[in-house]
Amino acid sequence: MTRGAPAATGPRTVLAYVIRRLFAVVMMLLVVTLTTFVIFFVLPKWAGQDPALLFVGKQTDAASIQGIREKLGLADPVLVQFWHFVQALFVGREYSSGTDVTQCAAPCFGYSFRTEQEVWPQLTDALPVTLSLAAGACLLWVVGGVAAGVVSALRRGTIWDRAAMSIALAGVSLPIYFTGLLSLAIFSFKLGWIEGEFASFSDDPAQWFQSLLLPWITLAFLYAAMYARLTRASMLEILGEDYIRTARAKGLTERVVISKHAMRSTWTPVLTLLGLDLGALLGGAILTESTYNLPGLGRLAVDAIAQKDLPVILGVTLIAAIFICVANLLVDMLYAVIDPRVRLG
Amino acid sequence: MTAPLHDTSPDADKAAPADVAADVAKKSVEGRSLRQIAWTRLKRDKLALAGGIVVVFLVLVALFAPLIVSLLGHPPDEFHQDKIDPLFGVAKGLDDSMFAGVSSDFLLGVEPGNGRDVFSRIVYGARISLLVAFLAAVVAVVLGTVLGIVAGYFGGWIDSVISRVMDMLLAFPQLLFIISLVSVLPGDLLGMTGSSVRIFILVMVIGFFGWPYIGRIVRGQTLSLREKEYVEAARSLGAGRAYILFKELLPNLVAPITVYTTLMIPTNILTEAALSFLNAGVKPPTASWGQMLSKAINTYESDPLFMIAPGLAIFITVLAFNLFGDGVRDALDPKGTR
Repeated sequence: MTRGAPAATGPRTVLAYVIRRLFAVVMMLLVVTLTTFVIFFVLPKWAGQDPALLFVGKQTDAASIQGIREKLGLADPVLVQFWHFVQALFVGREYSSGTDVTQCAAPCFGYSFRTEQEVWPQLTDALPVTLSLAAGACLLWVVGGVAAGVVSALRRGTIWDRAAMSIALAGVSLPIYFTGLLSLAIFSFKLGWIEGEFASFSDDPAQWFQSLLLPWITLAFLYAAMYARLTRASMLEILGEDYIRTARAKGLTERVVISKHAMRSTWTPVLTLLGLDLGALLGGAILTESTYNLPGLGRLAVDAIAQKDLPVILGVTLIAAIFICVANLLVDMLYAVIDPRVRLG
Repeated sequence: MTAPLHDTSPDADKAAPADVAADVAKKSVEGRSLRQIAWTRLKRDKLALAGGIVVVFLVLVALFAPLIVSLLGHPPDEFHQDKIDPLFGVAKGLDDSMFAGVSSDFLLGVEPGNGRDVFSRIVYGARISLLVAFLAAVVAVVLGTVLGIVAGYFGGWIDSVISRVMDMLLAFPQLLFIISLVSVLPGDLLGMTGSSVRIFILVMVIGFFGWPYIGRIVRGQTLSLREKEYVEAARSLGAGRAYILFKELLPNLVAPITVYTTLMIPTNILTEAALSFLNAGVKPPTASWGQMLSKAINTYESDPLFMIAPGLAIFITVLAFNLFGDGVRDALDPKGTR
C-alpha cells in the first residue's frame, strides 16, 4: 500500500496487488508452521529430550514408542516431516507401519497423538463456538466503543468525557479472567440468571444465547475500552484538520460534518485495529474460552498444549495464522474503499 | 517548544518594577529543556501523580516483601490445614460470610485446600509480576531500539529484512506460541533451576514478542531524523556510524522510547498474569497472581475472596501503570498544551 500520487487504481493493479499479498500470506503461513515444528522438534532436542517421547507420554513401553515413531514418521528429519505435513493438507496422507494403515483425506491435519482421532473434525467442531463468541462480542464493542469515543471527543472536557474515559481506562486495566470469574460469581452463581453449559446454535438457540451472553459482554467491555480511547483520540485529531474547517465553512450542519466527513476518517484506525483484533480472536479467544469453559479453538489449543498433542497444536496455530493474515489483507483492501487518500499498488 | 517567557502569576504584578525587569531578563535567557517542561507538566497531572505514587508503593512492596510478610503475615508457602474445613476444602465458616477466613492473623484469608496465607502470596506475587514485566520491557526496548535504529538508518535490504521480521512477529498468534514454547522448555536451563528458569523464560519470551512494537516506532522516527541537518553535520565532520547512531540519533529517540516503555509494562503485567492463569507461568509454590486466579476457577463459588484478592491486585497495578504512562505520554508530547 502506498500513499501519495493519485495513480489510477485499475482492476489490473488491484489484481496484481491481491496476488502479491496472497503470496505474502502463503509465505507467512509456511513460516508459522515451520516455527511450530521447530518449537516442538528442535527445541526439545537442544534441551536433551526425545520429541517422540514428549508426544507419546512416559508410561508407554519401548515397542509402542517405536511403532508410533514409525507410523507418524517421527524418525524422519524435521524438514521432511514438515514437507509431509504441508503435502497432506492438500492431497491427504496415508499413515502406515507395516500392516496397520490409516487413511486421512485432504485437508489432512494429521491424527491427534492422544485421542487418535483426526484433527480436522476437531477444528471444525471448535470453530463455530469461537465464531459465535467473536462475532457477538465484536458487534457489541464496535458499537459501544465507537459511540463512546465519538461522544467523548465531541463533548471534550465534560463530565461525559471524563466518565467514559475513566470507564475505558478501568476496562483496559481489567483482565478478562478476572471480570469473567466475577461475572460468573455474580450472575450465574449468586443470582442464578444464567445456567448450563454451552450449546450450539442449531441444537438449542436459547441455550446458545444464554451461555454466550456473559462472555460477549465481558469480552466486549475489554475491547470497547480500547476502541473508545482510539476513536476519541483520532476524532480529536481529525476535527483539527483543514478539510473539517472547509466543510464547516461551506455551511454544512455540524451533524453532516461529523457523520459524513469526520467519521469517514475515524473509521480508518478503528478498522485497522478491528482487523488485527478479530483475526487474533478467531484464532482462539484463549483466555475467554478458558475462563467460561467454552469448547472453542482457544480451549482446544490450551488442552492440546498441556498434553503436547502436536498435530492439534499445529492445526489451531495454522488456523489462527490464516485468520490473522486474511483479516489484515481484508483491512488493507477496505482502506481503499473507506479512505479516499489511500491507493492500492 | 514554546516555553512561556514571562511569569504571569499575580504575584509578579505586586513586585517592585526593578525586580520585575531583572526577573524577566533572567527568565528570558533561561531556556527550559524538554525534560524540565515534561516534569512541570507531569507534576500538574494529578491522576498521573497518583498512578506514580501507587507504582512506587508497589515497587517498595515487592522489594521489601520478606519484611512485610514477616511483620504482617505468614511465610507464603506455609500450610495451615487447621484453617481449612475438611468437608468443603475452603476456609471454615465461609457459608455464613465470605470474609470468614479473614482475621488479624490472616489479613486476606487463607488459600482453599492448603490454608496458605493469601496476603503473603499477594505480596510475593507482586515480586514476580513486576520483575517479569520490567525485565521483559528492558529486553523489548533494547532489541526494539537497536534493530529499529539500524533499520531506519541504513535502509535498503537491512531495513527490508528487519521490517519483514517485525511484520511477521506482529502477525503471529502470540499467546499460542508463548504457551507452546513454555510448555516444551525444560525445568532446568543454562545451569538455573526452580522458578528462576521460568522467570527467565517468561522475560525472554514476552520481551521477544514485544520488541516489534518499539522497533516500528523507533524505525519511523529514525527515518525522519536521519535527514536532519545535525546528522548531516556530524557526518561531514567525519563521525562514524556508531557515533551517529548512538550519540546523535538515540538521545532524540528517548522521549518516544520512554513513553512506549511505560505503556508496555502494564501490558507485560497482564501477559504474565495471563500465562500464569493458563499454567504457563511460574510454578507453585512460587506465588503469582495469575496462578491464584487460575486456582480460583474451582473455588470462586464457595470462596469469592480468593478470586477477588489477586484480581484486584492485578487491576490496581495495571491501572496505576496506565495512569502514570498516560501522564508521561502527555507530558512528553511536544504538541501537548497542558
